Amino acid sequence: MADGASDATRDDLLRVENLTMRFGGLVAVDKLSFTARRGDITAIIGPNGAGKTTFFNCITGFYKPTEGRVALAHGSQAAFEALPAATFGGKQWSKAEGAGAVFLLERMPGFEIARLARVARTFQNIRLFAGMTLLENLLVAQHTVLNAASGYTIGGLLGLASFKRAEAEAIDKAAYWLREIGLIDRADDPAGDLPYGAQRRLEIARAMCTDPVLLCLDEPAAGLNPRESAELNALLLKIREEHALSILLIEHDMGVVMQISDRIAVLDYGQKIAGGTPEEIRADPRVIAAYLGVPDDEVEDVEAEVGL
Amino acid sequence: MTDTLQPETSPVTRTLPRAAITADVIKDAGITFLIALLLFGSIVGLRTETVNGVLVLMPQFGKALALAAAVAVGRLLLDVFIWRRMKDGRTFTSLIPSALPILKGAGALAVVFGLALYSIPGFRASLVAGAGTVHGALGAVADLLTFACESTFLVMAAMAIVRAARLIIGQTPEEAVGQGMLRRFTADFGREFPIALLLIALVLPALTAGPSQRYAIDTATQILIYVMLGWGLNIVVGLAGLLDLGYVAFYAVGAYTYALISTQFGWSFWVCLPLAGFFAALWGITLGFPVLRLRGDYLAIVTMAFGEIIRIVLLNWQSLTGGPNGINRIPKLTFFGLPFDRTGEGTFASVFGLKFDPLHRMVFLYYVILALALLTNFITLRLRRLPIGRAWEALREDEIACRSVGINTVTTKLTAFAIGAMFGGFAGSFFAARQGFISPESFTFMESALVLAIVVLGGLGSQLGVVIAAVILIGSAERFRDLEDYRMLIFGLSMVLVMIWRPRGLMSGRTPSAFLKARKNISGSFVKEGRG
Repeated sequence: MADGASDATRDDLLRVENLTMRFGGLVAVDKLSFTARRGDITAIIGPNGAGKTTFFNCITGFYKPTEGRVALAHGSQAAFEALPAATFGGKQWSKAEGAGAVFLLERMPGFEIARLARVARTFQNIRLFAGMTLLENLLVAQHTVLNAASGYTIGGLLGLASFKRAEAEAIDKAAYWLREIGLIDRADDPAGDLPYGAQRRLEIARAMCTDPVLLCLDEPAAGLNPRESAELNALLLKIREEHALSILLIEHDMGVVMQISDRIAVLDYGQKIAGGTPEEIRADPRVIAAYLGVPDDEVEDVEAEVGL
Repeated sequence: MTDTLQPETSPVTRTLPRAAITADVIKDAGITFLIALLLFGSIVGLRTETVNGVLVLMPQFGKALALAAAVAVGRLLLDVFIWRRMKDGRTFTSLIPSALPILKGAGALAVVFGLALYSIPGFRASLVAGAGTVHGALGAVADLLTFACESTFLVMAAMAIVRAARLIIGQTPEEAVGQGMLRRFTADFGREFPIALLLIALVLPALTAGPSQRYAIDTATQILIYVMLGWGLNIVVGLAGLLDLGYVAFYAVGAYTYALISTQFGWSFWVCLPLAGFFAALWGITLGFPVLRLRGDYLAIVTMAFGEIIRIVLLNWQSLTGGPNGINRIPKLTFFGLPFDRTGEGTFASVFGLKFDPLHRMVFLYYVILALALLTNFITLRLRRLPIGRAWEALREDEIACRSVGINTVTTKLTAFAIGAMFGGFAGSFFAARQGFISPESFTFMESALVLAIVVLGGLGSQLGVVIAAVILIGSAERFRDLEDYRMLIFGLSMVLVMIWRPRGLMSGRTPSAFLKARKNISGSFVKEGRG
């Protein structure tokens, strides 16, 4: 359901240029350039091993890319004007005149990408704090705010009232997200005790508790049944509307991808082979070839069309 | 065909001729005897002793034979009376309910018998004269029984007081309504038991009045030092999930800080205490930096090496630490400036108009370490509910997820090392002030292992578990000093048994640091141990 009407108002949020990630001789991501727009749900699809998760890990700081630039603008795309200065000034981030800050994600350590650039993520194989309660999981996600409010522990040790207020607010926020994902009744149970689908939702709530501008979801619908997938769609659309959020989504479930994404980028062998709206992607012969392969007698036709 | 096969394949209905069973049983007992002989022959039968500085082998095969025979007889009895009954489809555990009344009765009888034996004057003395080895074992059993009875009685009394106090101020545990008496009594165990323990700890010097008071208070002080060390290490291992095998290094740094500063500059204990904590924390950070990238077994090995480095530096830096001779005449603790001396002006006894008694100093030391340990506990419990404590636990659960929510894992790990080390440093300086003499010998790897054993046995992350484990490990080691090396055998055996029955320690599971509706304990099976 691409929302064509608001296309004009959506500017660039994330610009990835020439991103390359090599593991020894293996090139997992190969000179990839990619743009995600503010407010969009951008899906990244591709066959297994296409480099989608590696791409995510480069954006969120879990890998240091071998080459390339990953820039994220807060506020509006006017912030990108500060990009050359920041790039050559050797800075991790920079603020343009009268605009938001621009972050060079490939230079920042992972935790600062989450903290300063406010890029949150979930994981393909769920990574919750299994031995902690749902509420605690969401409180840990608000660590940056709470830790500052606790005067970096010292004020908290002394029991300052300001910290108690901050903690009460954090609990309210956690409760809000638990209601959103329909798990408020299980707030005091360990996260490891939840069924699979609920764990996926909790991971999204945990990411949202960090107040992200960009939410990166690595296969959020994997292992969900059709009803749960539909609920996930509704949840993602809702939080996008209500929290001024942009979403980057790796997904194999085409039901989810085609229904909720505004733009889709297709990766194969570490390269972007197509990009556009769901309708365009659905009709793109290169995508069909990458996913399904082609009959032997049509190989030449397709290769001609694709430009090989 | 099938009819004839079935009885043979199914052990449930298998019936063997009587003679075969007897032969089986005897063969089994024989094999057991051989295995036991092999084990005891090497462990008990070959004893080494130092005579005039030379290591001499003292064979005592008689003892080993007796032990192996005892094991074989035990096996025989089990075979005949228990396992043969199990052959008709019942498992050993299914037998327990039917045997429970008998076991209960036997237990009660054993307690009464043990107490009676113990209370007969001169009984132990006559045993000494009568049967040498038997004495040790019987005396130990009697000791254990009285110790268990005394402590159970004490805890129950304290819990009754706590319950009474709660009822007076109008709190009633909800679960306490309408169940069996014992169930009602232990209804709010989790909350009342720690308070009861605290109550006992506070009045312990008064409880132990009698001829063995000095020994009891000394042992209690010893236990409290380990409780404090356990609580300190619990931050690193239990909360942050970083396996530290060199914790004794921080203990040593604290002890030498106090010893050096007080002997060189004459500063008082209370000034040196924060300094000792500071230097230990500094060493914690120094240790933390290089091991940040290590996980699991590698982390354990490197921390162990760091612990040894400290000890070897202390041993070899003669000019500063006195090398193997250590540091002696470390100023003893004073009562806020009043020394506990026999003679002289302005001593504790003279100022308060008391007759000099060495006990005063010991009781004071006891309360100092109690206060320090409680401070450690208070701060740890407080930290657990702060963002930093939650970040430690999150680090133990999943380090990568921590980074994804913006937690700086480097500083989080370093604070865990530093704060854990600080409490170790406090305990170390107390140790130096209590002993008056320290040398590198007090800070061997065994100490690290012991403190870690306390934390693991108690249950990773559990404050109460550390107390129980310290009382069991240090208290029993002290109590069974007569048994010499056998106590290490018992120590190892009991650790193995605990790891089989309660692999996550005596108090497994964790209490959530925050709750929305009700605080529910989390089963240990969900909680991760951490991989560094």
